[in-house]
Amino acid sequence: MYISTFHLMPHRELPDDFEKRYPSVWVTPPFHELADARRVGQYYNWTLDELIYAAKAGSDGICTNEHHQNAYGFMPNPNVMGSVLARATQDLNCAIVQMGASLPGTQPPIRIAEEYAMLDSISGGRLVAGMPLGTPMDINICYGVTPIEQRERFREAHDLILKAWTSKEVFAWNGKYFQLPMVNIWPRPIQQPHPPIWIPGSGSTSTFDYAASHDHCYCFLSYFGYKSVSRPVRDKYWEVCQQNGRDLNPYRMGFLQLVGVSETDAQAEKDYAKHVEYFYHKGLHVPLEWFGVPGHQDYRSLANAMRNPAAAQNISSLKEKRYKDFLDDGYVMCGSPATVRDQLKELCRTMRVGNLMVLLHIGSMPHELTLKNIDLFFKEVAPALRPMWEDEWENRWWPAGLRRETLQGAAA
Amino acid sequence: MSTITDRRASVWQDKIHPNVKVAGSGSPVVFLHGAGGLRWDTFLDLLATRHTVYAPEHPGLTEGEEDAISHLDNLWDLVLYYYELFDALGLKSVPVIGHSFGGMMAAELAASNPERVSKLVLMCPIGLWRDDAPIPNWMLITPASDMVKYLVYDPAGPLAQQMFGAPDPEMQIRLIWSMACTGKFVWPIPDKGLKKRIHRIQAPTMVLWGKQDKLVPVRYAEEFGRRISGSKVELIDQAGHVFATEHPERVAGMIEDFLR
Repeated sequence: MYISTFHLMPHRELPDDFEKRYPSVWVTPPFHELADARRVGQYYNWTLDELIYAAKAGSDGICTNEHHQNAYGFMPNPNVMGSVLARATQDLNCAIVQMGASLPGTQPPIRIAEEYAMLDSISGGRLVAGMPLGTPMDINICYGVTPIEQRERFREAHDLILKAWTSKEVFAWNGKYFQLPMVNIWPRPIQQPHPPIWIPGSGSTSTFDYAASHDHCYCFLSYFGYKSVSRPVRDKYWEVCQQNGRDLNPYRMGFLQLVGVSETDAQAEKDYAKHVEYFYHKGLHVPLEWFGVPGHQDYRSLANAMRNPAAAQNISSLKEKRYKDFLDDGYVMCGSPATVRDQLKELCRTMRVGNLMVLLHIGSMPHELTLKNIDLFFKEVAPALRPMWEDEWENRWWPAGLRRETLQGAAA
Repeated sequence: MSTITDRRASVWQDKIHPNVKVAGSGSPVVFLHGAGGLRWDTFLDLLATRHTVYAPEHPGLTEGEEDAISHLDNLWDLVLYYYELFDALGLKSVPVIGHSFGGMMAAELAASNPERVSKLVLMCPIGLWRDDAPIPNWMLITPASDMVKYLVYDPAGPLAQQMFGAPDPEMQIRLIWSMACTGKFVWPIPDKGLKKRIHRIQAPTMVLWGKQDKLVPVRYAEEFGRRISGSKVELIDQAGHVFATEHPERVAGMIEDFLR
């Protein structure tokens, strides 16, 4: 098991009545009413400090991602953050997991090939290259990309980036969405033929198929835990892998889980309850329709979603739930080290997850509490999870220089 | 009520097979529907009493042909596609009536090749943009139930109830996919350069608008009228963006007079 610490870089101090006063946390929240630029600078620095702290505490990787025009998590360019992190973790065996720069929203996409190659260079070959499709809010609404073209643009950008990384010749790219006369990017990645590629997704079959057919790691970014979705997602994903002739290597699957560790279950409630509610009530306060902007899903996915409204119900019922519900439904795992450990083991076994990502800063959590969570998690929880899958499978989706067998070999 | 026939055409190197609803008798007219899809209503029925109405479904909206939309990349493709569809229907030069998104397409067809459009009826078309009268993006309206307020003059009345009262999932799927396939050509702002081409329109033109249109403000009636020489602009009172559904007799009558 490899465990990475994820951070969203959210606004930590939204007003208590935020979700009543404003229609959405995404796209439309007024910056000047809700935030202060200097204070926001403090959030960015806390975020960086927390991720570096996690790396020092033993996190195998640290993750940032890209979102726009929101208070839920606002790193418009995760590579700006990744660059600081790569530099600050020079002497650590920690992967820089970019989850990452959104392919359909970056023009031309070789910008991502270049920035990722820079990160791989600066980090000494520690980059994991996340390739997200991007949410409809980010890509269609904020960045103006035509919804029905988003997936096709993603696929073309992916192919272009891979060719830009690996081609020994200058080449012309005559695509449908991108045309470039002479591609020959500098620098190139240290990792050959290219850094491992992770595809984040939220459970749509077409993304499973894409990841499996390209032999990339699929990362399920679920805020609804694994209980509600476990069977359909797990079964479908591994079925798609087999259809594509892939093995059942658990490192093909990443999973993001919200986690809060305290001394006891009771203390965990005191520590994390209000931050968990803040995250779900304010951080995900988005009109349901915007998750399904017309064209963002192809016809089959759309029909499937409208006929099986479970996911939509997950989102629309968030405001009625309190900490205990989020806990009971497995959306979050909070409690003593033993409680969290057992639940995470169960999650990873059930879903067959090899690349676990944990969100240890949740919503409004203050800096000090985040450090406590990181400390307890990596001291008391992570060591028990690490041996999972170790003897049977190799994590081919991890930077080769950071795989445990490489590190152990080097130590011996 | 006239008999409506579904006719499948083969267009674009046999890659797209749109369903065309054909009804009535008399001289032909083409009706191009808006972003919400084709809905055969009393207005089209009345039109079909004097004319043969050809109402094609936008590419991707014909059942079983959802992926056909992937064969058309941009507005230029779509304009040429329509000329091919007219060929397939045997329509050399024909009056074209277009509503909203379909109105924009009708104007594009008349501007690109004036020989194909003999008369032009624009029913609250999109296609132009004024910063002082921004058109709300209909694909982003939240909550979705608010859509009715943008479209219907009396959102509490029986017509609104009939159109939006009890949405079932299958209707929702068709509506969303319809917005996806039409939105391909106008996202994110419905201004794709018609202002540079509109002066080429030669067809006698009538511009119709609901006075209380909350989606595309009536301001644009004047804008279209000003830019199409010799056109006449008619406003319909107590009417929203779907004024032909709200006032079918009156609107069908106005169009018949104009086409005569």
